[in-house]
Parts: sequence; C-alpha cells; structure tokens
Amino acid sequence: MTATDNPQTTTGVPFTLNGKAVEARKDELLIDAADRHGVHIPRFCYHPRMNPVGMCRMCLVDVDMGRGPGLQPACMMPVTPDIKVDTESEATKSAQDGVLEFLLINHPLDCPVCDKGGECPLQDNTLSFGPGESRFVEEKRHYEKPIPISPLVDLDRERCILCDRCTRFAKEVAGDPLIHFIGRGAQTQVNTFPDHPFSSYFSGNTVQICPVGALLAQPYRFKARPWDLETVESTSAVDTTGARVLVQSSRNQLTRILGLDSDAVNWGWLSDKDRFAYQVTESENRVTEPMLRRGGDDLTPSRWSDATKTAARALRGDPARVAVLGGARLNIEGQYAWAKLMKGVIGTDHVDCQLSDGLPAPMALGLPRATINQVCAPGGVVVLLGPDPKEELPTLYLRLRHAIVEDGVSLIELTPRPTSLSDLAAARLHCVPGTVGQVAAALAPGVSNESADAQPADQMTAARALLDGSRPVTVVLGRANLAESARYTADAVGALQRLVPGVTFLPALRRGNVLGGLEMGLTAGFLPGGVRRAGANFPAWPFVPDFDGKDADGIMRAAANGEIDTIVLLGADPMEDYPDAALAKAALERVSTLIAVDAFVTSSAAEADVILPAALFGESDGSFLNLEGRLSPMLAKVTPPGQAKADWMVAVELATALGIDLGFVTLAELRAELSSMATTFASVDWNRLASADDGPVLPLKRQWVLEFGDAATPPAPSSYGLRLVVDHKLWDQGTMAQESPSLAGLAPPALLHLNPADVEALGLSEGTPAIIDRDGATLEAPWVADPSVVPRTARMAIRLPGFDVRSLLTVGRSVTNILIRAAGGTH
Amino acid sequence: MATNTYVAHAPGYVDNDGPKIVTRRFADPESHTLERYLATEGYDGLRKAMSMAPAEVANLVKDAVLLGRGGAGFPAGVKWGFMPPVWPRYLVVNGDESEPGTYKDRLLMERDPHQLIEGCVIACYALGLNQCFLYVRGEMALAQERIAQALNDAYANNFVGKGILGTDVDIDVVLHWGAGAYIVGEETALIESLEGNRGMPRLKPPFFPAAKGLYLKPTIVNNVETLSNLNWLLINGADAYKQYGSEKSPGTRMLAVSGHVKRPGVYEVEAGNISFRDLFYGENYCQGIRDGHELKMFIPGGGSAPWFFGDQLDLKLEASDVGAAGSMLGSGALVVMDDSTDAVRACLRLVRFYARESCGKCTPCREGTSWEEKILERILDGHGRQEDIDLLLSVGAQISPGRYPAASFEDAGLSAVPFPPRQTTICPLGPSSVAPIVSAIRRFRSEFEAKIVLDHGDHDEVDHDHEDNHDGHGHAHDADATAVAAGGH
Ligand SMILES: Cc1cc2nc3c(=O)[nH]c(=O)nc-3n(C[C@H](O)[C@H](O)[C@H](O)COP(=O)(O)O)c2cc1C
Ligand code: SF4
Ligand code: SF4
Ligand code: FES
Repeated sequence: MTATDNPQTTTGVPFTLNGKAVEARKDELLIDAADRHGVHIPRFCYHPRMNPVGMCRMCLVDVDMGRGPGLQPACMMPVTPDIKVDTESEATKSAQDGVLEFLLINHPLDCPVCDKGGECPLQDNTLSFGPGESRFVEEKRHYEKPIPISPLVDLDRERCILCDRCTRFAKEVAGDPLIHFIGRGAQTQVNTFPDHPFSSYFSGNTVQICPVGALLAQPYRFKARPWDLETVESTSAVDTTGARVLVQSSRNQLTRILGLDSDAVNWGWLSDKDRFAYQVTESENRVTEPMLRRGGDDLTPSRWSDATKTAARALRGDPARVAVLGGARLNIEGQYAWAKLMKGVIGTDHVDCQLSDGLPAPMALGLPRATINQVCAPGGVVVLLGPDPKEELPTLYLRLRHAIVEDGVSLIELTPRPTSLSDLAAARLHCVPGTVGQVAAALAPGVSNESADAQPADQMTAARALLDGSRPVTVVLGRANLAESARYTADAVGALQRLVPGVTFLPALRRGNVLGGLEMGLTAGFLPGGVRRAGANFPAWPFVPDFDGKDADGIMRAAANGEIDTIVLLGADPMEDYPDAALAKAALERVSTLIAVDAFVTSSAAEADVILPAALFGESDGSFLNLEGRLSPMLAKVTPPGQAKADWMVAVELATALGIDLGFVTLAELRAELSSMATTFASVDWNRLASADDGPVLPLKRQWVLEFGDAATPPAPSSYGLRLVVDHKLWDQGTMAQESPSLAGLAPPALLHLNPADVEALGLSEGTPAIIDRDGATLEAPWVADPSVVPRTARMAIRLPGFDVRSLLTVGRSVTNILIRAAGGTH
Repeated sequence: MATNTYVAHAPGYVDNDGPKIVTRRFADPESHTLERYLATEGYDGLRKAMSMAPAEVANLVKDAVLLGRGGAGFPAGVKWGFMPPVWPRYLVVNGDESEPGTYKDRLLMERDPHQLIEGCVIACYALGLNQCFLYVRGEMALAQERIAQALNDAYANNFVGKGILGTDVDIDVVLHWGAGAYIVGEETALIESLEGNRGMPRLKPPFFPAAKGLYLKPTIVNNVETLSNLNWLLINGADAYKQYGSEKSPGTRMLAVSGHVKRPGVYEVEAGNISFRDLFYGENYCQGIRDGHELKMFIPGGGSAPWFFGDQLDLKLEASDVGAAGSMLGSGALVVMDDSTDAVRACLRLVRFYARESCGKCTPCREGTSWEEKILERILDGHGRQEDIDLLLSVGAQISPGRYPAASFEDAGLSAVPFPPRQTTICPLGPSSVAPIVSAIRRFRSEFEAKIVLDHGDHDEVDHDHEDNHDGHGHAHDADATAVAAGGH
C-alpha cells in the first residue's frame, strides 16, 4: 500500500509508543491512540463520551517531548509529532502505584458486599497496576453508608474515588447539574444540594459509568453478582429511538439493563425508563395464562385452546366488522405475523398501531428519512417540529443536546411550547395550536412576518437565516400536541419541504416499535414493506383486504356506532391511552367481542372476553425498527412466565384455531417469508443481525409525493378562550412505569400550566383551583403560573395522577379551545 | 514623617528608609481616598498612558521588566504579548492573597486602592480590552470596602467606565468577592470561580489563560502588586524604574517577614540588591533574631517554598539565585524560625494547611496531603514508628516524584537540588505540601527520630487547638505552639 491510498497515513501523527513507531490520528488523545495500538493505559476519570478532565491521574505515562521524559496524563494529551511514550517505565509504574495506593487508603474495601465487585475498574486496575499492599495505618474516612440521592440511585461516599464522571455526566451530558462536589481536600464528596434530589431522567447512567460501587441502582442493589449474569445485546423498546442495550439476567430473571456504546444510536447512554422498565417483567400482576369470560361472568383462567377457539369464532365474521388496535409493543416478527393474520387471513384493513397520538401513516412512512447521526452531524440545522424530546424520546434528547452544545448544530423550534432544548435553540418559534403550518410557511423568503401569527421578528429572521440553504437541514418530526390535529404539522412539513429541497426527517414518535408496526402494515391502507394495499400482490398471503380501512379514530367511532363487532387489542389500552376517553369507553363497551393480547389486565383488557397472555421485552426473540429505519435485534434472555407466548406464536395459535396454516412455525420461516414479501427487508441477513454493529438501516428512502393542503386557518377561540396543549411526561401512569416498582411513584401530579399574564387576566388566585370548561364539560384542576407557557395557551400532560385531561379531548377537532374560571367564582 | 518604623494605620507595614514605589503613599493615613490620591500623582499614570498608543504602553511595561509578584515572577510585559488577537478578552486581577506568610496585597488594597484601580485601567488600555475583574479574597473585608468606595469614586470621576478622561475609551472594572479558598489564588481556579464554578484549577496545558482563560477567551491574570506598579512606572518611565533593584529584578518589591525576628513586617525593598542576612539582621529591616535565640531555619518565599538555613543567609533575594539554591522567592513571604521551633511541629503546621486547602480535584494531592498530615500528627502524638519518616518521604515522592528541591546542607555534604519540583498533580499545591517535609527531614531527621524513640510509652497529649489558629498574617507557627511543643519533651 502506498502512502497516498491510505488517508490515515497522510494525516497521521507519527510517534513512538513503547519503542515502536506508530501513528495517531490528527488531534487524537494519547490514551485513545494507545488503545488502538493495543496498549492499555489504566484510567478512571476518562470516558470517551465526555470531555476529559485529567483528574484521577491514573493515566500518567512517561512522555518525552524532546526535553527528556516527564509524566503526562494520557487522557488530556493530544499526540504531537515524534513524542516518545513509555507506558512501562519505572516512573510510569511508580506513578500508577502511587495513585492506586492513594485511591485505596480511604477506600472501605467492602468488595464482598459491593454490587460492583467483579466488574470494578478499581479492583481491576489494582490487580494489574497497583501496589501489593497498603502502607496506610491511619483511620479511614467514614461516611454514612449509602444515602439515597434520588428515588433510583444510592450513593456510598466511602467508595467514591471522586473521578467526576457522574458529576460531569449530569452537567455536561444530561444538562441536569444536580450532583456536585462539595467540601475540599480529603473531605471532598459528591452530593446533592439539600432538598434537590438527583431527579434526572438519566440518573442510571451515572451508576453505569461510576468506576467503583459508589453509585448504586436501587432496583439492582444486592440482586446479583456480576459473574452470575448472562448477557445479550438487544434494543430498548421504550421509545422509537431504539437505544442499544445489554440485557442481563440471573437465574432466569432479568436483573439489569446497561447502555451499549453504539456510535450510531445512543452512545452508551439510556434514559431511566430504558434502564429500569425491565422490572415490568417481574410484576406480580402479569397475566400468565389465557383468560376467558364465560357467559357474562368474570374473567377466569382457561386453556389456550379454549381461549383461541373463542377468539377465532369472533374473528370469522364479516372482515369489515373486525378491527385491530395497537401493536407498537410487538417486535417486527410479531407485527408481521399479526398483519398477515388480520389482513391476509381475516381480511380486515381496520388496523392501526397508533392510537391517534402519532403521525398519519403516509407521513411517518413516506418522508425521506434521516439517521440520528445525520441529524446530529456537526454544523447542521435541526428543526424540531414535535414534542419535547426529553419527555418523549429522552435518549435521542441526549444526542441532540450534544450536537447543539458540542458540535455546532443549530436548533429551530417550531413547537407549541418551549422544550428542554429551548435554552440552547438558535431560533424559538412557539406556535399557538393551529398556527404551526402558517408560521412554517412564513419562513419562506419574501413572505412578510405578518402571516407568522405574531412570532417575534428576531426569531423569524434567525430561523430564515438558518434555512437559507447554506447548511444541511433535518427535521425531528413528531406529535407535539394531542389536542391539535396532526394536519397542522403536515402543513408545516409541506412548507419545509418547499422551502428546503432535500430536507430529511426523523419521525420522533414515542411508542416503542410503532415505526416497525407501520412498516409491517399494522395501519390502514398499507401492507408490509410500506406497500399500499390497493393493487398489491402478496403471493404468500391467502388474500389482501379489498377495502381501505379506518384509522384508530375511525375504528373507535364505527365501534361506538355499532359498526364493528370484534376488536383485537394488541397490547393497546384505549381506555387509558386513547386521547378521547369517552369515545374509547363507548367503543369497547359496544363491541360484542373484545380480544386482548396483553401481559396485564389493563383497564381495557378488563373489558375483554378473551385475554391471550403475551411475552414481554427480554422474553422473546425478534427485532426492532427504530426511527431511523435501523433494524436491530431484540433478544430473549429469560423465558416468558407461565403460559405467556411470543406475539407471533399467539398469531400462529389463533390461525390454527381458525383452521388455517399461517405459513410458518419457526422464527426463521417467518423471517424468510417477511423478507420475500416486504421488499425493504429483502437484503436483511437475519442471522447476522445480532452481530452486525448497530443493525442495518433499511432502504426507506421513499419519495412519496404527499398531498398537503395549504396552511389551514383554525377556528378562533370563542370568547376569552385558551388553546390547549396536551403532551406527555416521561413518568406517567402508563403500564410500563406503573408495573415497574421503582418507577411507579415517579409520575408527578397533574397540573394545569398557565402563562402568568393569562392567570392575571383570568383573575385566578393562588390556592383556588381552576374550572376548565370545554363546551360545557367541566373539569376542576390545580394550576400553576408558568412563564414558559405561550400566552393564550394552556398546557397539561396526559396520564398523570390527579385528573384526566382526556375528558377535554374530542377526536376530530382541529384545536381544543377551553374557557377557564376560578372555582367558586362566576365568569 | 517618621521613617524606619511601623506605621500605625497600616498594621504590619514598616516604613523604612529605602526607595518606594508602591507603598509611597502609605505614610498618609488618608492615602485610600480619591482626594489624597489625586494630590499625590493619582491617575497621572493613566493620563500619560492615554496620551500614548496602547502598544507603546505595553512596550514600556516590557522594557521595564516588570516581574509578576504573584509567585512565579514572570515578566508582565512578556505575558501580555501572549494574547492572540481575539476579542472579547479580559484582565483578571488576583487579589486572593492567601499564601502562608503573605500579607502585602492586602495592605496595597487597603491603603492604596486607587493605585490598583489605576493600574487595572492602564493595563486594560495597553491590552486593548474593556473588561476587568478584580477578585478579592473573601476574608479581606476592609480591602473590599476600600476598593468598592474607590471604584465608586473612580467611576464618578470618569477614571473608570464610559469615555474615560473624555476619550472614547470604555473600561469597566468589576469587583468580585471570593469565598475563602487558598486554591482560588491559582489563576485557573480563580477563573473557574469567577465563572461561577467550584474553584478548581484547570489543567495547563492544553490552554493557558492568555490564550483561553475566562469564558475560554484570552485572559491576563496579574497580581495586585504587579499592577500597583503601573502608576509610578508610567509617570517615571522604564529607565527610572530600572534605576532601582538589580538587573534581573528591576524596581522594588514588597516582602512580608514574619516569625522570630525583632521587627517582622512588610517592607518595600530593592530585592535583588540585598541578601537574606541584610533583611533579617539589617537595622533598616528586621533588626535580627529575637534576643537569646539563634536562627534555625527560614522560608524564603511563602509556605510553598522549601526551607533555607544559616547556609543560605548570604544569598541575594534574586529569583534565579534562590531557585538554583533549592527554593523560591514566590510571593515574597519570609517566615523566620529560631531555635525554639520544633521542626516537626512546624512541618505539621504547614502540611495541615495544604491538606485542608487541597481542592480535592486530583488524587495525589487530595489523598496524599491528608495522609502526610495524619502521619505527622501521629508522630507528634507519640505513636510514631521508625518507618514513618521514610513513609513521609515516599508519600511525598508520589505527589512530587524525583528529587525534591532542597537547600544545600554543607555539614552533611548535601548539595542543593534546584527548584521547581515535579508533580503528579494538576497544580503546584500538592507538591507544596512536600516542601516542609523534605526540608525538615533532610535537615532535622534526628528530631523526628527523637520523637519516635523518646515519646514512646509516655507521651503528653498535644493540644491541637493551637494549631488551628491560622492568624491573619499566616505565620507558619507562633510562640504558643512552639512552647507547647517544647513542653512535650
Ligand atoms: C497554589 C497557588 C496559589 C496561588 N496563590 C496566589 C495568590 O494568592 N495571589 C496571586 O497573585 N497569585 C497566586 N498564585 C499565582 C497565580 O497563579 C498567578 O501566577 C499570578 O496571579 C499571576 O500574576 P503575576 O504574573 O502578576 O504574578 C498562586 C499559584 C498557585 C499555584
Ligand atoms: S460517585 Fe462514582 S462516578 Fe461519581 S465521582 Fe465518585 S467514583 Fe466517580
Ligand atoms: S494539586 Fe491539589 S489543589 Fe491542585 S488541583 Fe490537585 S487537588 Fe487541587
Ligand atoms: S484517566 Fe487521565 S487523569 Fe484520569
């Protein structure tokens, strides 16, 4: 090889490492360059995903920069040409000895009862690089043994080696600077501020990166010894980010989830929901055997064959009177099996894996996709046309935050409210519900600001400058407001596409594998592979539906009108989770047969005639399609409890009860058929999925022409009305959080957020609840004055304890106008 | 005006007969007021500076070889030249004076705040910047008060602020009150503290403040005394300045002498021209060791400096000579200890200071200094073991590897180990704790051994309360502590 055909050689920095001539990359830190050349320099504080601080001094090595050797911290030193590095010199060894001896003098050495024992960098470095014994005979430093610093994390200060990893993570990566060093000298300790617990959505990461057992995850504490754990690489299904994870079990129990350092996706970081929601599998409330309602009685356990027979009977009727809701919880294989069963065997197209809280399927499937790395590429412009990513896709939030803070990415917010990224945004356009399409259209050059619904001129100017075509633009697209029709978002998408040719999108939806569900055809009008139903040819299927079905809203309305006989709930709980609570209740009560495939007796499943027990995350093999279109493995580590089965097997069982062969009895057969039917999956090498780095990104670069109307004008509020913004908090009363013991208590109470100016105009006084009135339906709610709320809007999160905002929502409304008055007063 | 004596309204200051630059107004009880300042060439230096181009002012400072007075003795003019052409840029004034033994900056801030403010404005003008931060140690209430008053007056009279002296030059000076940590005197820790972070040093390299300092913008950090020279220097010029002092260290500098001399205090001296002997024994200076006692050792440049002994008395107070002889002049704090001093206790007193003031950022300093302190305490408590002496040296060597700087010891045939020490730490604080240990053991090993052998079995409890009493002057020890230690035998 010549020097010219290897770019590394031309830009490399030559230096000597332990006598060998090697090369570093430009600006590469010595510690990383040495790693690449197989020389491990011990470390504690250095973490490749955070800025180095050079604090622990473990990585000191002898470096000769031309003036004789001297100790330098390898984690702080970019390699410069011709330096001579000796990681084995006497001076290096003596420094390593010294640092380890220092770290151990006050360390409690309680390894036998420490969660970290066996996988502890302090143990490992001591064994490899440390002195054999301690010369310290003084009294050690003592602190109260672990103190809780958050509901999820305990801190044992005696074990802490003050490496600044946790504190740096909290401040730099998460942006939640809630843990700090306090005190000085040997009394320095990590702690929280009084009355400010470390309540960060990302607290679990500090446990993972702590190089000792000082930070402990309460759910894992004393649960296992590391050497007993079995591990598989998998993918988190908590939201559509698809964070890559390691799933660990001990004695057939899930015990721990760790973040996997995937360059493409999550960089090793997880949200606490990704990390701790595995506890749901251990819940006592799991449905572990089929349940059947026999003649109006309570649900009682039954045999699989009885349950499937009952279900099959209900599915045999007119396909146009059968509907399916849900499916985002399922893996790709389960979604394919169910799509085939319902569309290809039963013949219904009334299928929707979204519950009126996502994006229209053509938008989610058909817009040109960006990858996370493309969105976060240095120097780009990102338009946030969706929810607060910290609340809905927290792991993606960390990537976005890093891109903005460290890599010069500029953010334009087109959101109904300030988000967790607002402080970092280059342009903030906070749009009253119904106006986002107009505002986006007004960003086009030459359009006057007047059409931008009173957005501040400086923000419009800043946004226009960023969209002038000189920098690549991507859009993080989602559903920011459940009380506002997605058509306004669609208007904004159309405007952005016209304004920025070639703009790409990241569909930031919340529900686990919902993009997999859409891709597998669990949505009206589509078949697996994003193929439109009309005119499709699916030879492996008995037939395809002969009508275009309804979406979730349509299904609900039809069911409530008595036009649907049977609904299958694939892990969906519309009673709690569908924005229009009244409609959900009417629909589920009206149908003659309700079939729930679920792991819990949710409010909806409690209404069912048949419950078929499903396996959960970590209990069945399959794959996950994230928001980029990345297909990654989601593997089983434990067996499902009782008689619960993987979702695809439930579909096979039901087909059998219907007297039909679904065409596959193994996962391999299912996948082979899936690949042959869904062209986007044609080149997937299923056997290598687990070993391929982060999973392949499927070719979803569709260029569908989407018909978006001109920006529509929403109806004006009637009198002194406010427009409602309803979105999600990470911790809510969803099943996953509620059934995970350590997450169950984290949902904050429901509160109505009002702009202080509106509070004043409405004459609300502190301590008196507000009465919310929507067309005569009223709801009493505690409220808070919140300057971050856009004037003339009111914000509430859904599914929080206290009150149910869904009583104010009616599907089909373009926006939701409400009236507010003080309780007890007249208005 | 009485000369060569203490000045009542400037406690600790000795108005001696030498030439004066920065303390020339100290004799006047009202020297801190704008009125008196204006009557004594006040702001004339600024007028002069603003009649010149900024680069000319910077050149003048360079020509004068104005050495930094914060400890490192780096020429201010050269440092100023390191600033890349990047704006905004800042001047930060280091008034966090806390080196054990040092109390000169406090006097300058209390007695002549306008001289300092004028120096700040001149430096800002020369550096082409308009934002200066004056960081004053938290405990110095009077200095804070005086500077605040002086700043108000200077703003009101157009010496600071918008359109200074009727020109179009705008310069703001912001007064910042520290929270009382020694380490914040280290310039990068000071910058962190100014930014609102915990005061912990940054690692240098990669960035030095002149290139990336406050808010990662070019920043010059200068000591209070350094800048206090500018009023005189601008008025009188570089040549006049160089008439004083030695060739390598022109001008004068303030020295704070504490301990067992007859007349401890702060002196303004032409440092390179006099020897330690002149300073300690000269009639014009400290007038000798207190009666009935002999010199045992002295610290030539603040608690962080290795100790000197009788052998070094004839050295000139010239940074390069002192460095070659194994110590440093540092911040100009000299601590004299006579033969009543217990070397082990003196050592503990200093080590304890560093152990408590360690910021905790890096392992060797955080853990090592407190380990050193514990060993020394144990020896003094009568629980010493033979191996503890070498253990102390070995712990020290893990903080500061290689041969630690030390004075020659002719009787023992030991030659000097030149300054500075090496470090496994981020900043020099950790290695500073090793100075007293190596100094004391190298010279007085037998005193350590005596404690270990003699105190074995019958030891009096040592009253440690006395040792916590860090008085304002930062004496490394006091007569009380010495008496207790002596009584222990
Ligand atoms: C541990 C430590 C403490 C220091 N304390 C002070 C101090 O109290 N005052 C000071 O002016 N410089 C102090 N310095 C030196 C400063 O870092 C810096 O070099 C000085 O302020 C520069 O000013 P100069 O160039 O005018 O001397 C200290 C340095 C170290 C390492
Ligand atoms: S708790 Fe762990 S991660 Fe945090 S500073 Fe201590 S050792 Fe480091
Ligand atoms: S040497 Fe001491 S004071 Fe300096 S950074 Fe390290 S711990 Fe802090
Ligand atoms: S790993 Fe380099 S100093 Fe900690």
